[in-house]
Amino acid sequence: MPAENGNGENGGAEARGEGSVATSADRLVDLYREMVTIRRFEEACQRGFRQGKIGGYLHVYTGQEAVAVGFLDSFKEGDRVITAYRDHPHALLLGSDPKNVMAELYGRGSGIVKGKGGSMHLFDVERGMMGGYGIVGGHIPIGVGIAYALKYHETENICQLFLGDGAMSQGAFHEAANLAGLWGKDGQCPCLFIVENNQYGMGTSVERTTAMTDLAAKFDAYGIEHEKVDGMDIEAVLEAAERLTEQVRETGKPYAVEALTYRTAPHGAADFFEKYRSKEEIEEWRQRDPIGILENKLLDSDAADEEKLEEIKGEAKELIDEAVKFADESEQPPIEELYTDVYSGEDEYTGEA
Amino acid sequence: MAETKTYREALREAMVQEMERDENVILMGEDIGVYGGTHLITDGLIDDWGPKRVMDTPISENGFTGAAVGMAMMGMRPIVEMMTWNFSFLAADQIIQHAAKLRYFSGGQVQIPLVIRGPNGGGVQLSAQHTHSLENFYGHFPGLKVVAPVTPNDVKGMMITAVRDPNPVIFLEAGALYGTKGEVEDGDNAVPFGKARIACEGDDVTLIAYGRQVNLCLRVADTLEEEDGVSAEVIDLRSIRPFDEDAIVASVEKTHRAVAVQEQWRWFGVASEVAAIIQDRAFDYLDAPVERVSGAEVPAPYARNLELAAFPSDKQVANAARRVLYMEEK
Ligand SMILES: Cc1ncc(C[n+]2csc(CCOP(=O)(O)OP(=O)(O)O)c2C)c(N)n1
Ligand SMILES: [Mg+2]
Repeated sequence: MPAENGNGENGGAEARGEGSVATSADRLVDLYREMVTIRRFEEACQRGFRQGKIGGYLHVYTGQEAVAVGFLDSFKEGDRVITAYRDHPHALLLGSDPKNVMAELYGRGSGIVKGKGGSMHLFDVERGMMGGYGIVGGHIPIGVGIAYALKYHETENICQLFLGDGAMSQGAFHEAANLAGLWGKDGQCPCLFIVENNQYGMGTSVERTTAMTDLAAKFDAYGIEHEKVDGMDIEAVLEAAERLTEQVRETGKPYAVEALTYRTAPHGAADFFEKYRSKEEIEEWRQRDPIGILENKLLDSDAADEEKLEEIKGEAKELIDEAVKFADESEQPPIEELYTDVYSGEDEYTGEA
Repeated sequence: MAETKTYREALREAMVQEMERDENVILMGEDIGVYGGTHLITDGLIDDWGPKRVMDTPISENGFTGAAVGMAMMGMRPIVEMMTWNFSFLAADQIIQHAAKLRYFSGGQVQIPLVIRGPNGGGVQLSAQHTHSLENFYGHFPGLKVVAPVTPNDVKGMMITAVRDPNPVIFLEAGALYGTKGEVEDGDNAVPFGKARIACEGDDVTLIAYGRQVNLCLRVADTLEEEDGVSAEVIDLRSIRPFDEDAIVASVEKTHRAVAVQEQWRWFGVASEVAAIIQDRAFDYLDAPVERVSGAEVPAPYARNLELAAFPSDKQVANAARRVLYMEEK
């Protein structure tokens, strides 16, 4: 069942990118603010990591902001979102306080998951954030189950399931996509798969992981319609997000979007050398930086002037500085927390040695 | 009130009772619906409950177990059938890396009320890839509960408890015993986890087992009584995690001697844990080192004679008991 959109004769390399949605100037400015805030947040994380304040693995979203910002703009109350470990923007965009998110990264008791998960495991279930996950592909079946449950409980909600290009080589992806397609036949799986194709899984490019590099088209195998979108162009993403979230909501059938994007930061904060790609390549993509593109648009269309943009950047910096300060000043989790949350209910903990 | 029922009937009864009680309880698994279930546990249920409550899945253990984890996070209470536990290795990522840990790494924001059930253990000539006893494997992971009921009454009562538990429960059925009969209490006979059962009282030696090996120990207790004038106490652990240390310790304080029996391999097994607990908490009461009787350190063979030799035998267990009693082996 080939999808109609964005999958031309030439193998579907062209993405939809017309940005046809009528976006008001104010709204674009708001989105600009979100993107800038996320970028500042990620930069602060990298700084914290270099200072030794943040431990473990740290994966930032730099360069990909338009994807999460654009799709989560169509988030409706009661919807759910699930993603892998590159999860800071998803939590922030759903309304989690940057202070608690940063505190989590700093390993503090005031962290969003009490200092128990770190960067890779942000949850804010009340706001619909069903987690960040560290096993590549592992969250995909879970997201499909969440979508199924939303229908089982007869809600009008959907699950936005973000996944990486690399994750699409996992069995878990293929099994989950098969289930989604199957359950979608009866309108029982309102799941929007959003492939954040940032061209690489760690240091391995898509071309080096599969002979079938049209990732969206892989969903054909499971009866799931799909398209591509230019993930660097916020207006294009917004258009796709609005249309597709509504479609999934109405039909109860899954749908897949491959957002073509690029991670300009290293894969993990501890990666100093990048043997797998050239400086030139990174530079080329930087020319298409989603924040840069939007900045130009705002200036060209007089939606905002330099002064306004500077003001927004200043405010974002202030917000993130505060978050860092809060994290830095917060206490580590109380040691008793070691043994809580292992079990739910009466046997909070049954295996203490 | 109680009635005689098979293990299979008792198990099904528990699931049906819980489905009646709570709409969030659904059954899912390979061939559990239209086909009737490989072991006929769910036979006919799809006719009564329809495909939404009794869901056939494709053959993708990791996929549907993961989906069930997602459903459980959302407040559903799926009972997932592993056609046999041997296939659960394919779902190990979802069971161990997700179901068991999600509550912890979400800082307590989610719970996973999920039951995964199916036949476990050997004894019916299924050979290497279809014979495992996974109590210790799953028992290793904090966040999971692991139970192994052996009587029809327990399989019903523990399934009821499993469905109501807000945590992921690994429900290991005695696959070779689906047809065995026993008294089963009517209605709600919920059996708590973490409470061992004294299957037979005795004074001279404690035999500790779970699952199918409990029945073996009961036979051995009879033999010891008849042939050796020895009174053996048999403890059915029932639940591996949580684990009833107190029951073992109390029994050993009385008998001063213990034999731990397990179908699984000896290394890193439940019996080793039992021995460690006894030396920890009842060392001064012991009159002999704790004996372990385990499966042979080989993949399970097919031929009947080899298979029998690969699992604990009545004779091995009786002789282990005699050894801890400093009696002549037979
Ligand atoms: C099962 C598993 N294998 C390997 C890893 C190590 N690993 C972490 S991230 C990653 C790359 C994943 O790439 P992709 O899905 O494209 O996501 P991206 O990092 O590009 O956002 C790998 C191999 C892992 N975490 N889990
Ligand atoms: Mg990638």
